[in-house]
Order: sequence, then structure tokens, then C-alpha cells
Amino acid sequence: MHPLRKQRLITVIFIVIASSALVGLVLYALSENLNHFYPPTKIVSGEAPVGKTIRAGGCVVPGSVKRDGKTLVVRFDLTGGTARFSVDFEGILPDLFGEGEAAVVIGQLESDGVFKATEVLAKHDENYMPPEVDDALNADNDGSEHQRTCEALDYAS
Amino acid sequence: MNWQWFYQLGSPKWFYQKTHYWQHWLGAFALMMLVVGAIWGLAFTPMDYKQGNSFRIIYVHVPASAVSLAGFYIMALAGAAGLIWRVKLQYTVMSVAAPIGAILTFLSLVTGAIWGKPTWGTYWQWDARITFTTVQFFLYLGIIALQQAYRNQNTADRACAMLALVGTVNIPIIYKSVDWWYTLHQPATLKLTEKSSIAPEMAYPLIWMILAYYICYVWLLISHTNAASLRRERKSSWVQALFSDRNATKVT
Repeated sequence: MHPLRKQRLITVIFIVIASSALVGLVLYALSENLNHFYPPTKIVSGEAPVGKTIRAGGCVVPGSVKRDGKTLVVRFDLTGGTARFSVDFEGILPDLFGEGEAAVVIGQLESDGVFKATEVLAKHDENYMPPEVDDALNADNDGSEHQRTCEALDYAS
Repeated sequence: MNWQWFYQLGSPKWFYQKTHYWQHWLGAFALMMLVVGAIWGLAFTPMDYKQGNSFRIIYVHVPASAVSLAGFYIMALAGAAGLIWRVKLQYTVMSVAAPIGAILTFLSLVTGAIWGKPTWGTYWQWDARITFTTVQFFLYLGIIALQQAYRNQNTADRACAMLALVGTVNIPIIYKSVDWWYTLHQPATLKLTEKSSIAPEMAYPLIWMILAYYICYVWLLISHTNAASLRRERKSSWVQALFSDRNATKVT
């Protein structure tokens, strides 16, 4: 290769490496802030700020969803496996919200450890399958592939 | 080593002569693949067990996102080749890749928002993947704007190539964002190294559509490169000859 072109090639590689390193360091420094939500462990351990609007995410504990008969108030528990906290919400839940599914809640953590949500989002997983396949899998009830992140949890603990 | 073939690749005239006969056939083939894939995905694929029919937007969203990411690398590589070898054609490829990529990124963002409403319950969240994809959209727009910002074509091309190279940093971030941080966006469904978490009868039309988008992208890139070459080289003898020939045949 011509020396001049080789020099330009080195310049190009340098630009890419230098900008990658720069952006990499910035992202590393900001890493915590780039998380879209706090996992349940951080909510329970007190690392999440109290009284500030934050987002939290986790799996909805099966059997924990309790609806008020007359109003739209609903309470449910979110878990990441071991840590677990309660969420209070008044409003309409998204269609894909369900027990044993992942959800992201937006609101404030109260000092008593209950999360007052102003918005609830269903976090969809990466699994796609036709309804018949899902039925077949559920008939076997072998803790199938679907919703691995939430289904793999042992909710009894 | 004989570099002659390589320098031929840098010649707009050579590229035009090699491609302009079959580029329309490639376009027809790409559109046919898109139509077949869309009908397959929309009408002959079972619906999802949880999302119902709204999952079908995957057949537009995933291919558009994938090709917009790959397109950024193509644009940056063309820009790098232009910087290193000072060849005209590569700069032209880079400049036409920007609007195509911008449209694909826009399509990805819009279809994502349309899908997000019934699935997540929101059109928009500033989660890592959505945010960095928005950054990519603005990078594409920036390159389009930079092309227009200089009166001297060569200066504009060099500035664009620099921006494209720096912008490539964003691509692995978008790709890995769902694994690095807690995001609302789910992790990848189609996986290269392990079993994909999508039923095969839903995956085949998706792979077909991704392929169709890539072919469509190549077609758009070639035809726009040729169109831009004709405009950039309008004062050169080969373009002049091309058009004087055409006019001559029209008159006679």
C-alpha cells in the first residue's frame, strides 16, 4: 500500500478507536443512569431514592394481584427472585399485564417501602409463538421456554 | 499486488456501465420479495399467543432496524474508503446511503411506537435502545445536512466521512443495549449462536423479510449511486457523451 494511503488508513482507524474509547468511558461513567428502571433488589435494599419519580421493574408475583371491587385501585407485588415489593396503582393496566409476567412501573417509592405507581407498562419478552404451541407447552407444564426471565423464578421462596 | 481491479471499483463510469442494465431488474425482484414476504407474514402466519395480531409489525420493524444498523456500517466503510483512497464513487455511495438509512431508522422508530402502545402501554419511553436509535436517526440527518453545508463537494464528503466514522460507535451500543442495561425493549429474538425464541413458522417469513430488505437496500444504493454519479459528474465527458447520444437517438 502507498505510504500516504497507509497513513490515512491509520488516521481512520485512530478516529474510530479514539471515539469508541471516549464514548465507552462516558457510557461506563453513566452506566447506572442508563438503566431504564431499578430492579427489585435495589428498591428493597434502599438504593433507590424515596419520594422521587423513578421507574422500577420486575416480575408480577402470581396470586399477588388484588383489585378493589369498586375502584380502579390495584395492588400487586414485583419480584426479581428474592427481593420483593408491593406496588399500588390506580388506573387501567395494559392488556399484556399479567401474573408471572414482567412489568415496569413509574412512580414514587414511599418511605414504607410501597411503590405508588402513576403508570404501569407491560414489559414484553423476546418469545413469539402461535397460541396452539403455547397451549401445548402449558399442557405439559414443564416450565416451558416462554418468559424465561419471569417463569424461571421460584415464587414460593 | 495488482490493485487495478480495486481502482476500477472507484470509477463512477465503470460502476454505471456495469450496473445500470440490471439495477431495475434487481428493483423488481426486491419489490416482489417484499410483497411476498408481507403477504406471508400478514395473512399466512399464525398470530402470537400473547400479542395477537399486533406482533405482525415485527415483519417491518425488525428488518428496518437491522438494515438501518448495517447501512450505517456500509456508509462509514464507504466514507473510510473515500478518505483513504480519495476515490469518487465511494463518497457517492456514502452520500446516498444517508437518506436511505434515515428513512429505515424512521420506519423502525415509528413501527416500534405503534407496536409499543398495545404491548407496553406507551408509545415512547426513553429507554437505552430507543434513545440510541433516535441518536442514530439524527446522525443520519446530520450527514444529509452536512452534505448540503459545503459548497465544495470534496470538503462536504470528507466531513461526512468523519461524522460517519465517529457515528459507528453508536451501532454496537444500539445492538447490545438490551443486554447491557435494564431496558423496556426486550432482548433479541433471532439469535445466531443459540436457539431463537420464536416459533419456526413465524421465523421463516421474518428471515425472508430481512433478506428482502437487504436486497431492496442494495437496489436503492446502486440506483441512487448511479443517479448521484450522473449529477456529480455532469461536466465529465462520459456523462456528456451519454446524454448527447440519447438526445441524438431521440431526435432521429
